[in-house]
Amino acid sequence: MADFRFNVSVMPRAGMLDPQGRAVENALPQLGAASVHDVRVGRRIELSVAEASEEAARALVERLAHDFLANPLIEEWQIELVWRGEGAGRPLEAAR
Amino acid sequence: MKVGVVVFPGSNCDRDALHAVRLAGAAGELLWHERTDLHGADALILPGGFAHGDYLRTGAIARFSPIMGAVREHAAHGGLVLGICNGFQVLTEAGMLPGALLRNRSLRFEHGWVTVSVERRDTPFTAAVPAGTRLRLPIAHGEGCFYAPADQLAALEARGGVLLRYTGPEGNPNGSLNDICGVIDDRGRVAGLMPHPERAAESLLGSDDGMFLLRSLVANVAEAMSRAGQDVAVA
Amino acid sequence: MTLVATVRPPAEQPPLHRRLGLTDEELAAIVERLGRSPNDLELAMFSVMWSEHCSYKSSKPLLATLPTRGRDVIVGPGGNAGVVRIGDGLAVCFKIESHNHPSAVEPYQGAATGVGGILRDIVAMGARPVALLDALKFGDPVDGSTRRLVSGVVGGVGGYGNCVGVPTVGGELTFDASYAANPLVNVMCVGIVAEDAIAHAAAAGVGNQLVLIGSATGRDGIGGASVLASANFVDETRQMRPSVQIGDPFAGKLLIEATLELVERRLVVGISDLGAAGLTCAAAEMADRADTGVRIDLEAVPRREPGMAPFEVMISETQERMLAVVAPERLDEVLEVCRRWELLAAIVGRVTAGGDLTVVDDGAELARVPARALAGEAIVFSRVGRPTPRRRSAPAPGVPLLAQDGLPERGMDPGAVLEALLGRANLGSRAWVTRRYDSTVGSDTVEGSTHGAAVLRIKGGRQALAMATDSLPGLAVHDPALAAAMAVAECARNVAVTGARSLGVTNCLNFGDPTDAEAFWQLAESVRGLAEACRALELPVTGGNVSLYNESAAGRIAPTAQIGVVGLLEDVSLLVRPPFRRSGDVVVLLGEPNAGMAGSEYAALAGAAPEDRPPTLDLEREKALHQLLRRAAAGRLLSSAQDVGGGGLAVAIAECAIWGGLGVEAQLPVALPPAAVLFGESPGRVVASVAPGRLRELAALAAEHLVPCLRLGEVGTDRVRIRLVGVGATGAAEERGAGVADEIDRPLAELERAWRQALPRALGEEA
Repeated sequence: MADFRFNVSVMPRAGMLDPQGRAVENALPQLGAASVHDVRVGRRIELSVAEASEEAARALVERLAHDFLANPLIEEWQIELVWRGEGAGRPLEAAR
Repeated sequence: MKVGVVVFPGSNCDRDALHAVRLAGAAGELLWHERTDLHGADALILPGGFAHGDYLRTGAIARFSPIMGAVREHAAHGGLVLGICNGFQVLTEAGMLPGALLRNRSLRFEHGWVTVSVERRDTPFTAAVPAGTRLRLPIAHGEGCFYAPADQLAALEARGGVLLRYTGPEGNPNGSLNDICGVIDDRGRVAGLMPHPERAAESLLGSDDGMFLLRSLVANVAEAMSRAGQDVAVA
Repeated sequence: MTLVATVRPPAEQPPLHRRLGLTDEELAAIVERLGRSPNDLELAMFSVMWSEHCSYKSSKPLLATLPTRGRDVIVGPGGNAGVVRIGDGLAVCFKIESHNHPSAVEPYQGAATGVGGILRDIVAMGARPVALLDALKFGDPVDGSTRRLVSGVVGGVGGYGNCVGVPTVGGELTFDASYAANPLVNVMCVGIVAEDAIAHAAAAGVGNQLVLIGSATGRDGIGGASVLASANFVDETRQMRPSVQIGDPFAGKLLIEATLELVERRLVVGISDLGAAGLTCAAAEMADRADTGVRIDLEAVPRREPGMAPFEVMISETQERMLAVVAPERLDEVLEVCRRWELLAAIVGRVTAGGDLTVVDDGAELARVPARALAGEAIVFSRVGRPTPRRRSAPAPGVPLLAQDGLPERGMDPGAVLEALLGRANLGSRAWVTRRYDSTVGSDTVEGSTHGAAVLRIKGGRQALAMATDSLPGLAVHDPALAAAMAVAECARNVAVTGARSLGVTNCLNFGDPTDAEAFWQLAESVRGLAEACRALELPVTGGNVSLYNESAAGRIAPTAQIGVVGLLEDVSLLVRPPFRRSGDVVVLLGEPNAGMAGSEYAALAGAAPEDRPPTLDLEREKALHQLLRRAAAGRLLSSAQDVGGGGLAVAIAECAIWGGLGVEAQLPVALPPAAVLFGESPGRVVASVAPGRLRELAALAAEHLVPCLRLGEVGTDRVRIRLVGVGATGAAEERGAGVADEIDRPLAELERAWRQALPRALGEEA
C-alpha cells in the first residue's frame, strides 16, 4: 500500500465561452499587463489516494474526475501525480 | 394525491414549493435527501436553493444523494419530476435532462422578473397555460445560462425539447443559448426551468402565472390516477 | 473586534495588558476583582470582553437613556435581539448590527460575515429570519477604491443572504467622502417566532451540558490579540494571524435549520450564537444571565488547525457556531439533529454552580474568572463631549448670499435641477445593487427593494410586516441630534405610509473615536435625538449596536445613526404602495414644508447658502401624520402614498410617477423660497394620490388630525409638470431679472432615464 497525491486541474472545455477568463483578461490592462492574453480560469482539486499501485490510483482518480469532479459536457481535466510515499501519507494541515 | 418536494442540505425554496403545491390543490410533503423511497409521492419537485452550497459545481454533489435513485426510478416509470432552478441544475448533472447550466453571462447573481413564452402546451407541465399566454415569473440565480454543445442543442430543438423561452422587454437575463429557460426530456415526464413558479403563485406577490404550471402538474397526476381507478384528493 | 496592538522589539515592549488594549485602570480593576493578578489567558479574555465592541464601555451610560419599554415588548435590549408581540401567538424579532472594520479590510467576507452574524442573532432567539436589509455607506463613487469596496460588499451581502435563502428586501446606499476609508456595513434582520417558543441565551441548570455546534474552530478574527502568540512563540518567522473572518453561508444555512429545529422541539435549555469574542463571550454571557458558572473543557473543542493555543480557542471568531445548553437526557436527540444537518457537535463543558467561568485543558485548570466580571463589569467610562464647530459651507459660485433667494443660478431650470437630483448616486435607482440580491425567496415578499418600506406577508393569516431603515448623515454633520430624530421619524413615516403601525426601533450607532471629545459629543447628541423621537412617537428601542472608532488619518465619518423600524399591518389587503396607480387620481401633499436646506442633496448639488440651516422637526405633527396615514389606509382611502425624503417634494413626486409609469400635472403654491419647497428635505410630508370621489373624505380626515392637506394636481399624461404659483414663485431671482422658469416640465421617460442611470454612471458601469 502506498499513498499517491494527485492534482486534478479542471478547465472549461477548449473553445467554450469562458466569461470568467474574459473578465480577468479585460481587467489586466489596468494592472499594466496589456500583453497578457488567452486567459482561462478553472479550478484545481488535490487529493491523496491509498492504493496498491500508481495505475490503480490513477484509474480511480480518472473515474472520479469523469463522474464527479468535472462535468464532461462543459469541462476537461488533467491529472498530475505530485507525490508518492509509503504508509500513512502526507500531513494535510501544513501551515502556509 | 401527493407531491413530494425533495430537500437537499442547502435547498432553500422547499417550503415555498410546498406552499405553492398546496395552493394548486395537492397535498405536499418534504422528502429529506437521505431517504431512499419517496414516501408515496405521486409527483416530484426538486426545488431551488444552494444544495451542498453549490460546492464543486452546482448540483454536482446533490445528484449522488441517496434519494436520487428513487427519483430516477420514479421517472423511469413515467412519474413526473419538475426541477426548479437549483433543481434543474441537479437534473442536468444527473443526466436526466440535457445540457448544463453555466454561470450567468454577467458573472453576477441576477434577480428580477422575466417574461417567458411557453413553447409547448402539450406537456403535463404546461397543459393548463392558455394559448398565447406569456408567463411573468421571477428569476434568482447565479448559474442560469443554459448551454448544450451545438449538435445536442440542435437535436433538442428539433425534438421539441424546449419548454420555455425568455422573451419580452426584459429579454434574456443570463445568456442562455437560444433564450432557453426551460426544457423537457424526450419522454416528456421530466422538466426543468430556471424561473420560480412557486414564487409567482399569488397575485399579492406580483404574479400568479406560476400557478398555470403547478396546476398543470397537479391536474395531470390527478387525471392519471383516476384513470387508474385510484382515489384522488384534490382541493 | 477592535483591539489596539503594537509590536516592538522585546526590550522595549510595554506590559502585556497594554498591548492587549487594556488601560492600567482596567488592569487594576481586574486585579481587585480577582483578588490576584490575571494570567495571560485570563487577560486575553478580559481584553476582548472589556473591549469597546463587546462591553459598550463608552456608550453604556448614553444607551441607558433610551426608552425600551412597551406594552408588547417581550424582550428588550441586552439579549441577542429584541422581540415584540404581534398577535395570534406570534412575535417579531429584529435587530441591526454593524460589520464596518472587517468590511474595510476584506469587503466581500466582511459583509458576508456581517450578514451571517445578524442572522445568527435572530435565530438564537428561536426566530426564523424572514428578511434582511442592508445599509451601506461608501466614499466618493468615482474612486477606484470605493468601487472595489462597493463591488465586494454588495457581492458579500448577496453571496451570504441569497445562499441561506433569506430575502434582502431593503436597505440604503449612501456615498459621502467621509466614509472613504471607513465604509459602513449595517445589516438588519427581521424574524418571526412563536411567543411561547422564544429561546434564551442563559446557561441554566447546574449539570447541564454545553454543546458547541457548527464549524470547527480556527484562528479567525484573533487580530490584535495575536500579540499573545508572540509570547508563546515557537516559530520566529510565523506571520501575524489574519484578522479576517471567513463566512460559509452553506454552513450558515444548515446551522439556521438545525437551531430552529432544536428550539422548536424544545431540545435545548438555552442557546446563543458565537460572535465577537467567540466562545468566551457566549459562555460568560450565558452564565451571567443565569447566575451560574460554566466550565469549558478546552480539549473537546473541535479545531480546524493544529497547535492552537488556549487563548486562540477561547477568543476565536470562527463563524457559524452556536453554543447550546442541553439537559443530559436530551443530549442524544440534540446530537442526532446536528448529525442530520451535517454539523459538528461537541460537548465542550457544563454548567456549574458558583458563577465562575473556568477553562480546563486535559484536567489542568488554565483560567478561573467570575463570569459576571467578564460579561458585565467592564469599567464604564465617562467620556467628555464637546460640540463640533458650527459648519459653514463655502458658497458655490453664483449662490445667493441670502437663504430667501430662490434657485442658485440665473435662468436655472428647476426641471434640470430635478433631473440632476434624480441622477445623483444617492437618489437614483438602486437596481444596480438590488438585482444582485434575491428579494423574493420565501414567497412572502409583497413589496421589496424597490420603493419605500419593504412589506412581507405572514403566511397563514392576514398580517404583514413593514420595515425600513434610514439615516441622515448629511444632516448629522450639522446637527446630530436632529438627524437622529429625523431618521427615526423617516423610518416610522415610511412604515406608516404603507398603513402599518410601527412596533419598535433598532439602531446602529456608527461614530468616531469616543476618546475624542467632538466625536463623543456627536454620539451623545445622536442618542439624545434618538431618545426624544422614540418617546414622542411612542416607539420602544428593542436593541441595537454601537460601532466606534470609525475614523482614519483622513478624518472621521459623518455621525451615522442608522435606524431600523418594523411595523405591523393587520390586514395586508389594506397595503398602500408608493407608485401612482390611475390617471385622474388627485395628487395631494399631506403635511407642510419648512425652510432649511442644510444637509440636503440639493445643498450638496447646488451649494448651500452660507447661512443656511437645517430644517425643523415637529414630532407631534409627525405623529399626527402617521396616525392619519394609518386611518386613511384602514379606510381604503388612498390610491398611493410615498414619503418625502431625499431630494424633497419634486423628487418624491417624480418617483411616484416613474414607478407608476404615469405622469402628473401639478401646481405648487410658494410661500417659501422655491428651492425649499421643491427640493427641501424637511420632514413630516407625504405625497399621496386619491380617487377624485374620495378627496373630500381624505381632506376631512386630515383636518381631524390637524394635518395640512393640499391638492397638488392630477395623475396623468406622460410628463411630470409642476408649476410654481403665487407670490415669490421666482423669488429674488425675478428681481434680478433672471426670468427663471416657473415650472418643471419634463417627459417622464427622460426623468426615468436619469434615475435609472444614476448609480451605474456614478460607478463607471453601463446601466
